[in-house]
Amino acid sequence: MEKFFRRNFAGYAFLAPWLIGFFLLALGPIVASLYLSFTKYNIVRPPQWIGLDNYFYMFQFDDRFKKALQVTFTFVVISVPAKLIFALAVAMALDKGVRAIGWYRALFYLPSILGGSIAVAILWRQLFDYNGVINAVVRWFGIDGPYWLSDPRYSLWTLIVLAAWQFGSPMLIFLAGLRAIPNDLYEAAEIDAAGPVRKFFAITVPLLAPVIFFNLVLQMIEAFKSFSGAFVISGGAGAPLDSLLFFTVYLYNEAFQFLRMGYASALAWVLLLIIALFTAIAFWTSKYWVHYENERG
Amino acid sequence: MVSVTLNEVRKAYAGHPVIHGIDLEIRSGEFLVLVGPSGCGKSTLLRMIAGLEEITDGTIAIGDRIVNDLSASQRNLSMVFQSYALYPHMSVRKNLAFGLGNLRMARPEIERRVAEAARILQIEELLERKPRQLSGGQKQRVAIGRAIVREPQLFLFDEPLSNLDAELRVQMRVELASLYNRLGTTMIYVTHDQTEAMTMATRIAVLNKGRLEQVGTPFELYNHPRNLFVASFIGSPKMNLLQAEVGADGRAELAGLGHLTLPAGITTRGKITLGVRPEHLVPGGSDGDLELPGKVSLVEYLGSEVFLYVLLSTGQTVLAQAPGNAPFRKDDPITLALRSDDIHLFDAAGLRLERAQA
Repeated sequence: MEKFFRRNFAGYAFLAPWLIGFFLLALGPIVASLYLSFTKYNIVRPPQWIGLDNYFYMFQFDDRFKKALQVTFTFVVISVPAKLIFALAVAMALDKGVRAIGWYRALFYLPSILGGSIAVAILWRQLFDYNGVINAVVRWFGIDGPYWLSDPRYSLWTLIVLAAWQFGSPMLIFLAGLRAIPNDLYEAAEIDAAGPVRKFFAITVPLLAPVIFFNLVLQMIEAFKSFSGAFVISGGAGAPLDSLLFFTVYLYNEAFQFLRMGYASALAWVLLLIIALFTAIAFWTSKYWVHYENERG
Repeated sequence: MVSVTLNEVRKAYAGHPVIHGIDLEIRSGEFLVLVGPSGCGKSTLLRMIAGLEEITDGTIAIGDRIVNDLSASQRNLSMVFQSYALYPHMSVRKNLAFGLGNLRMARPEIERRVAEAARILQIEELLERKPRQLSGGQKQRVAIGRAIVREPQLFLFDEPLSNLDAELRVQMRVELASLYNRLGTTMIYVTHDQTEAMTMATRIAVLNKGRLEQVGTPFELYNHPRNLFVASFIGSPKMNLLQAEVGADGRAELAGLGHLTLPAGITTRGKITLGVRPEHLVPGGSDGDLELPGKVSLVEYLGSEVFLYVLLSTGQTVLAQAPGNAPFRKDDPITLALRSDDIHLFDAAGLRLERAQA
């Protein structure tokens, strides 16, 4: 045993930062949060075991939980397809042999790097403010723009636009996927009298399906977890009228504003299960619409 | 069936010309093979006929109709690609039916044509399979099937056999030839393999560096190559080329190898190239007009025949063909006889010197 450790010491030493990080910062908190979700815990007093009460309360009495689910689902259902369609459209435009494509790729990817940051959320707040740039442009056409951020009818849409604007990373993946489709197939389809629309739906979409699927799962998970934009724009509370009460914002409020750590942990586990369920559904449906080239059978 | 007429067809990429003004008439019902080395422009020319590549200058007519501005689908032709280009996510049946569906053909007619093509190509049992479940030869048949269901007026083939192994290639060659005999449709076939060209074509067009070197039947190209390029490109194994100089007496002197009286009617003087096919260099022969002494450096035994690589006294190696039972071994001394009637003569510019007709 001692000999084994002496021989492999260097290997473990190199692994140590990751191992410490994983156990201390990832696995530890995960296990702890599972335990805390069955307790009443406000940081000040030690956790108190209450069994499934947090979960019962959540599903039976908590109207804000239901509102948070509704807002989050709406956001996921609209923003993910919008982002993917936008990303695919830009990727297809770039795939048509654009000059200086490297610059465009970098330019379009930029919002994705900045996207998750607080700075962009603040910028977004300025843009969509009643006296912001968007309304200034709208005013040129003689229209008095609405209160984008403080009107519950529009506030979620500004965040959906923000999400779609961060299309860079799925766009790059789409671009790589498009490049992998042999040009021969389009030429064969051209001779087979297929128009652009037919080529798109009969060649591009089916051959890009594995990439679309990958992007869909990734973006869906991302959208469920979306936080900073909603947090900043809603002033940290999901305002106006809880219209921006994303699940993560509600979770944050419960944990760090009301110090209901046990309940917040339960919320986190419910979010995890929702994400797992939707990912499983996506995988289950994929066998009906995703075609893999190297698949056997 | 339809004819195809190329008139001064040119192609340039970013100002760099790759096809230099080609005039070619492909007759109705003809099997024309475009042959040439890699990069000679043969595929580009085919793609311009197909409508997949724009024409920089000149006109292409299919039948009486100039098709320069027509899209590929409007030209009523089918094309078989080197990569087969089968739609990987569709079954064989859907691959065959795809183009017909796009033409809004009635379903019973589509089914009839697919069944007919499958029967001709013997792929009926493969109809429900996906391309990835097919062998190379089967994919090739499906690709041909996709071309014939359209019942087009013109077939284009872009090196369709080059991804197949040698045995399958020979088999598909025979099948393509019989398909041509059966359909009688005009076919244009691109290949770099002169054996494919010789065995299948009714006429061959030899291309080199974007220029047409010669158009003719396989017999014409083999027996009357118009220039040195065609002479050495057509024929396997290649024609032997020997340098010579014609003196004032009208006899050709082959440096270090002796003199040869040129056939009647050749009046050229100065440097020439003398070409002789391997089957016309007779080992041990004694009735030739010139005898070339040398030593066997390599023997390639092919069963019915044997190829002898002979190192001449000048240091040049020539190739001779002998019957399979010829008793030659490596390092044997040998004499090759050739008759002046069997030689091809080319002037200093590489153009054929024709003898005057008797």
